[in-house]
Amino acid sequence: MNRSLRLHLLAAVAALATVLSPAAAAQPIKLGELNSYKTFPAFLEPYKKGMDLALEEINAAGGVLGRPLAIVSRDDNGSPGDAVRVAEELVTREKVVLLMGTFPSNVGLAVADLAKQRKILFLAAEPLTDKIVWENGNRYTFRLRASTYMQTAMLAPEAAKLGRKRWAIVYPNYEYGQAATQAFKKQMMALQTGGIEFVEQAVPLGKIDAGPVVQALADARPDAIFSSLFGTDLARFVREGELRGLFRDRPVFNLLGGEPEYLDPLKDEAPVGWWVTGYPWYAIDTPPHRRFRDAYQARYKDYPRLGSVVGYSTVQAAAAALRKAGSTDTEKLVAAMKGLAFDSPFGKVSFRALDHQSTMGAYVGRTALKDGKGVMVDWRYADGKDHLPSDDAVKAMRPAD
Amino acid sequence: MTEPLLAVTGLRKAFGGVAAVDDVSFSVAAGEIVALIGPNGAGKSTCFNLINGQLAPDAGSVRLGGTAIGGAAPRAIARLGVGRTFQVAATFASMTVRENVQLALLAHAGAQHQIGRRATTALAAEADALLEQVRMARFADQGCATLAYGDAKRVELALALANAPRLLLMDEPTAGMSPNSRNRMMQLAADLARQTRVAVLFTEHDMDVVFGHADRVIVLDRGRIIAEGPPAAIRNEPRVRAVYLGDDEA
Amino acid sequence: MTLASLLAQLLNGLAGASSLFLVAAGLTLIFGVSRVVNFAHGSLYMLGAYVAWTSVAWFGRGPVGFWGGVLLATLVVAAIGALVESLLLRRIYAAPELLQLAATFGVVLIVRDLTLATWGAEDLLGPRAAGFAGVVDLFGRATPTYELLLIVVGPLVLAGLWWLLVRTRFGVQIRAATENRALVGALGINEARLFTQVFALGAGLAGLAGALQLPREPANLGMDLAIIAEAFVVTVVGGLGSITGAFLAALLIGLVKALCVVVGTVEFGGFAIAFPKLTLVAEFVVMAIVLAVRPYGLLGQPAVIPATTPVAEFRALIRPPGRRSLAAALALAAVAALLPFTGDEYRLILATDILVLAVFAASLQFLMGGGGMASFGHAAYFGLGAYGAALAFKHGAPMAFALAAAPAAALVGAVIFGWFCVRLSGVYLAMLTLAFAQIVWSIAFQWDAVTGGSNGLVGIWPAPLLADKRDYFWFVLTLAGAALAAIAWLAQTPLGYALRGSRDSALRAEALGIDVRRTQWMAFAIAGTFAGLAGGLHVFSKGSLSPETLAIPRSVDALVMVLLGGLNAIAGPLLGAAAFTLLQDGLARATDYWRAVLGAAILLIVLLAPMGIGGALQRLFARGAR
Ligand SMILES: Nc1ncnc2c1ncn2[C@@H]1O[C@H](COP(=O)(O)OP(=O)(O)OP(=O)(O)O)[C@@H](O)[C@H]1O
Ligand SMILES: [Mg+2]
Repeated sequence: MNRSLRLHLLAAVAALATVLSPAAAAQPIKLGELNSYKTFPAFLEPYKKGMDLALEEINAAGGVLGRPLAIVSRDDNGSPGDAVRVAEELVTREKVVLLMGTFPSNVGLAVADLAKQRKILFLAAEPLTDKIVWENGNRYTFRLRASTYMQTAMLAPEAAKLGRKRWAIVYPNYEYGQAATQAFKKQMMALQTGGIEFVEQAVPLGKIDAGPVVQALADARPDAIFSSLFGTDLARFVREGELRGLFRDRPVFNLLGGEPEYLDPLKDEAPVGWWVTGYPWYAIDTPPHRRFRDAYQARYKDYPRLGSVVGYSTVQAAAAALRKAGSTDTEKLVAAMKGLAFDSPFGKVSFRALDHQSTMGAYVGRTALKDGKGVMVDWRYADGKDHLPSDDAVKAMRPAD
Repeated sequence: MTEPLLAVTGLRKAFGGVAAVDDVSFSVAAGEIVALIGPNGAGKSTCFNLINGQLAPDAGSVRLGGTAIGGAAPRAIARLGVGRTFQVAATFASMTVRENVQLALLAHAGAQHQIGRRATTALAAEADALLEQVRMARFADQGCATLAYGDAKRVELALALANAPRLLLMDEPTAGMSPNSRNRMMQLAADLARQTRVAVLFTEHDMDVVFGHADRVIVLDRGRIIAEGPPAAIRNEPRVRAVYLGDDEA
Repeated sequence: MTLASLLAQLLNGLAGASSLFLVAAGLTLIFGVSRVVNFAHGSLYMLGAYVAWTSVAWFGRGPVGFWGGVLLATLVVAAIGALVESLLLRRIYAAPELLQLAATFGVVLIVRDLTLATWGAEDLLGPRAAGFAGVVDLFGRATPTYELLLIVVGPLVLAGLWWLLVRTRFGVQIRAATENRALVGALGINEARLFTQVFALGAGLAGLAGALQLPREPANLGMDLAIIAEAFVVTVVGGLGSITGAFLAALLIGLVKALCVVVGTVEFGGFAIAFPKLTLVAEFVVMAIVLAVRPYGLLGQPAVIPATTPVAEFRALIRPPGRRSLAAALALAAVAALLPFTGDEYRLILATDILVLAVFAASLQFLMGGGGMASFGHAAYFGLGAYGAALAFKHGAPMAFALAAAPAAALVGAVIFGWFCVRLSGVYLAMLTLAFAQIVWSIAFQWDAVTGGSNGLVGIWPAPLLADKRDYFWFVLTLAGAALAAIAWLAQTPLGYALRGSRDSALRAEALGIDVRRTQWMAFAIAGTFAGLAGGLHVFSKGSLSPETLAIPRSVDALVMVLLGGLNAIAGPLLGAAAFTLLQDGLARATDYWRAVLGAAILLIVLLAPMGIGGALQRLFARGAR
C-alpha cells in the first residue's frame, strides 16, 4: 500500500475515533488523485503536503457527508498514456468519486478527455493550459489554478504602462511558453498604441543554452524583456543574464518568477526589480492565509510553497463540492461545481459556471533581495475573475457541453 | 580453344599503399581445377575477394564467361554462378545444417524473400541430397555453430554447390581435416569439376592436396604471380621452392 | 547580426562544446574498451554536480569549497563508476550488448531515486566558480571568464587523454583493447582490472563535467537524461572509441547550436524559419547528416564494430516453434478471451496495454533478434502509427480507416528511415534510428497546427461498437493475436531465414546471392508496420496522444521489454510486455521509490536470467522434456 494512502487512512481512523458518531463509521469517500510526482518533485512534494494537511483538517472536523475522506494517490509518470491508465484504475478498482491533480498540460488534457468519456468529475489542479477550460473544455472538467492567459493578463498592464517599443521574449518551447508568448503579444498590442516589436527566443524546456540565448537577446538591444521561464531554465538565465549585463536598465517581466519553488533556489542571486507573478507567503497576512500558513508550518516545520496552496485548495474544493452536492453522484457533483464558492488560503474562490475556471488569483509584484533571499515586494493580489476575456469571447472558444 | 570461363587480367588491389594483389593475370577453364598457392599474406584470399565481388579492384578486369564482373556486388556475381567458401568458414550459426542448405537453395531459386511458406519445409529433399554429396547428411539436424571445423567447411561446400555454380572458389577447403578427409573432400571437388564441368579455383597450404588434385598450379608471392604450370613443373621450380616450399617445410 | 556578435556566439559555442566533450570523452572511452553503451553516464554526470554542491555547502564558496569540490566530485564519481563496473557490468560482459544497455538503464532509475532521497527535490544552485566569477570585455561584450576557462579545459583534457593514451602503458592497453579485442588476452593484460580502471576514468570525467557545470546550472534531477542523449550523439558523430572524434563532434554540435540561436528567425521567400526552435533537435539533425555521409562517424574505425556480433545469443540454435508452442498460444488466447467475464475492468485495461505493448515489443524483437539490428528509436514507428490514426480520425475518418492509417503511416516512415539505417551497423545503426525518432518527435512537438504540439491530440475514442472496454479488449486481443502470430510466422518464412542469415553472416548471405541490405530494409518495413499498428491500438485505448508517444523513454521501454522477455524467445515480447506493465503498475502503488525498485528488478533479471524470462522458461521446458 502507498505510504501516503496509509497516512490518509490513519487520519481517517483518527477522525473516526474522535468523532465517534455512527455516520463516521461509514466507508470513507475516496478521492482519486494522480500527479507526476517523480517527474516534477520540486513542485509536487509541497503540493502533496498541502493536500494531506487539508485532508487531516477535514477529517478532524468530521469529514464530509458524515463520512471521512480518503485520497488515493497515483504517480502518472508525467505521461498522458500512463495517466489515463492510472485514472482508469482509480475509477474502476478504487471506485473513487472524482479525479483530481495532474501537472503538465498534456497530461491534464488527456485526463480531461478521459473524464468526458468516462463521465467522471475531474478537478485539474496544476495544469496552466488555457485549452483545458476553453478549446478543449468539457462538462466534467474544472480547473483550479490561474491559467497562462490569466497570469499573463496580470502582468501585461504593468508592462504596457512602461511604453517600451522593443520587447525581447524568451520562453520554454512548449505549449505553456508558446501560449504565454502569444497572449502577451496580443495583450500588449491591444493595450499599447503605436509601434511595438518583438524578438523571440524559444529554448528547449529544461535545456536552455543560457550563454548563447542571453547573448542573442542582448544583441537584439530590446527595451524590455518578457520571460516565461521557470525552474532550472530560469536559474541559468538569471545567472548568465546578470553576468553579461542583460538586465541592466531593462525592465524584466517573468511569469511565475515569484513562486517560491522557482525563486528560492536562486538564493542571494535572485533578480531584483523584476515584475513577476508568484506567492509571497511570508507577507500575506489575511486571516485565511495566516491560518493556513500557521497550520502548515506547525505540521511540517517548513514554509508553504505555491504547490502547498494548490494541493490544499484542491482538496478543499473537492470537499466543498461534495458538501454542496450532498452526494457522491457525478452529475450532482458537476452541478455543484458550477459556481461553487469555497475558502482557499487566498480567500474566497469560485468556479465559474461559464467555463469551469476557478477565480483563484495570483500575487503580482516585484522581486527584491532580503536577508540573502529572493522575495516579492510591492505586491498585490490579482483576483482571477478580473483577468479573463469577455464572456462572449470565452463562449466562442469553448465547445458546448 | 574457346574463351576460358574465368579470365583475370592485370588485377591490382592495394591496402593503404601496400599492394596485396599486384598485376595478376590468369584464367581457369570450365572443368579445370586450379590451385592458387603462396605463403601467408601472399594475396590469395584477396584475389578471391576481388573475383567474387567482396572487394572492388583498383585496376584490372575480371571476366566470367565473357562478361566483365569486376566491381560488381557479391550477390550479383553469385547469381552469375560463382560459388565460394571462405578461409574462415562462414555459415549461419543459428540454423541447423539442413536449414543452411535450404536457405542457400531458396536464394538460388530467387525465393529468399517469400513469405507464404515455411523455410524449414522448402526444398528439403534437394538439401538432403546436397548434404549426402558432401557426406554431412547425418549432421543435418545439428546446429551449425557446434560443428567441428572440418565439418563446417563441408557445409560451406554444400552451400556453394546449392548455387549450381559454374565457378567454385574454395579458400583453404580442407583446413582442419584429417589427411583422409582432405583427399575425400578434394576428390569430391574434382569429380564435380569433371562431371558437371565446373571450374574450380582453390587455395591450399597442404602440398599433398595441391599436387594430388590440381590440374594446374599458380604461385603467388607478395601479390605477384611468380610461377604457373602443371604440378610436376611447379614442384621443381627453384623460385617456388625458395619462397614457398622451403618456407613451408622449414 | 554583426561580425562581433557572431564571434561572441562562437565563443559561447566553444564553451558549450567543451563541457559536452568532457562527458562524451568518458562515454567513448568506456565504449571503446568494453563495448558497453553506458546509459548511466548521464547519471554519473549528475552525481558530479551534486557532490560538488555538497562540497561547497561544507567547505564554503571559496577556492577550497569549489575547486576542492570539483576534485572531490571527480574522485567520488570515479569510485562509483568502478563500483558499478565491478559489481554489475563485469558479470554481464558476455551477455548481448543490449542487455548491458538495459542494465545501465536500471542504474539510471536507481541513481535518480537515490539522488532524490539524498539531496531532495529542489534545484540546488551552486556558487560561481571561485576566481572565475566575473567578466571580461571581448568583442564589446561582457564575456564570463568562466566560459573562457571552459574553452581551455576541453582541449586540456583532450591533451591529457592523448598523453595518457599514447605515452603510458595504461594507454597502450586501452588502445589495444579499443582497436582489437583479441589483443587484450594476447598481450597478457589483466582484462578485469583494465575494464574497472577505464570505467573509473570515464566516470571520473563525467563527474568532472558535472562539477564544472555547477556554476552554469543548478544541480537538478533532470541533468541525467538531459545530457545523455546529447553525449551519445557526440560520441557517435565523432566515431565510437575516438577521443579526438568526440572533441570535433562536440565542437561541431556546440557551434551549430550557438548559430541556431544567433541566426534567429529568418524569412525564406515567405516562409519564416525560427532557428532557435531548432535547438530542440539540432544535434540529431547533425548526427543524421554525418552518419548518412560517414557511416562510422567523423573519425570512427569500421573495425571497432565487429561485422557479426560475437554474442553467444546469436550463435544459439533457434528452433521453429513446435506444436506444443502453438497449443500453448491457443490455450493462452482462449483463457485471455474469458478475461472480461472476471468482472474486474481494470484487469482488462492492463491486459489491453500488455497486448498492445507485446505487439510493439514483438516488432522490435523481429528487427533486433531476427535481424540483429537494434533500434533505439523504435518509438518513431509506434508514434507515427498513433499520430497517423489520430490525425485520420480527427479529419473525420471512421475508426476502421483511422486504424488502417496507423500501420500505413509507420510503414512510410520505416521505409524512408530504414533505407538510411540499413547502410550502417551496430551502435551506429541504433543511433541513426534514434536520430530519426528524435526528428519525428520534434516535428510532432512543434507542428502545432497539425499535431497539437506539445499538448497532442485528444478525443480519439473507439467507435460506439467498441466503446465498451470489454469489446475493445476482444478487438485488441484479436488484432494483437493476429499480429503476434504474423510476426512469429514471418520469422519462419524464407524471408525470416534470409534475415536471420544476414544477421548470422552477412558475408555468407551475400555470397549466396541474398541482398542483405534489401532484406534488412524489408525487415524495417515490417517491424515499422507492426509497431504502427500497436500505436494505433494504443491511441484508441487511451483516447489521446502527445509527443511522448514517440519520445526516447518509449523507445527505451520497448528495448527493456524485449530484453526482459528474451531476444530470441518466441514468447519473449508477450512476457516482456507483461512483466514490464505489471511491475510498473504494481510498484507504483507499492512504494514512492518505484523507479528505484523497477531499476533493481531490471538488474535482477539481467543478472539472473540474461536470456530473458522467455529464454529462461524455454530452457526450463527443454530440460523438462529431456
Ligand atoms: N581488408 C584488408 N585491409 C587491409 N589489409 C588487408 C585486407 N585484407 C588483406 N590485407 C592484407 O593483404 C595482404 C594479403 O592478404 P591475403 O589475406 O590476401 O593473404 P593470403 O594469401 O590469403 O594469406 P593466408 O595464407 O594467410 O590466408 C596481407 O598483407 C594482408 O594483411
Ligand atoms: Mg587467405
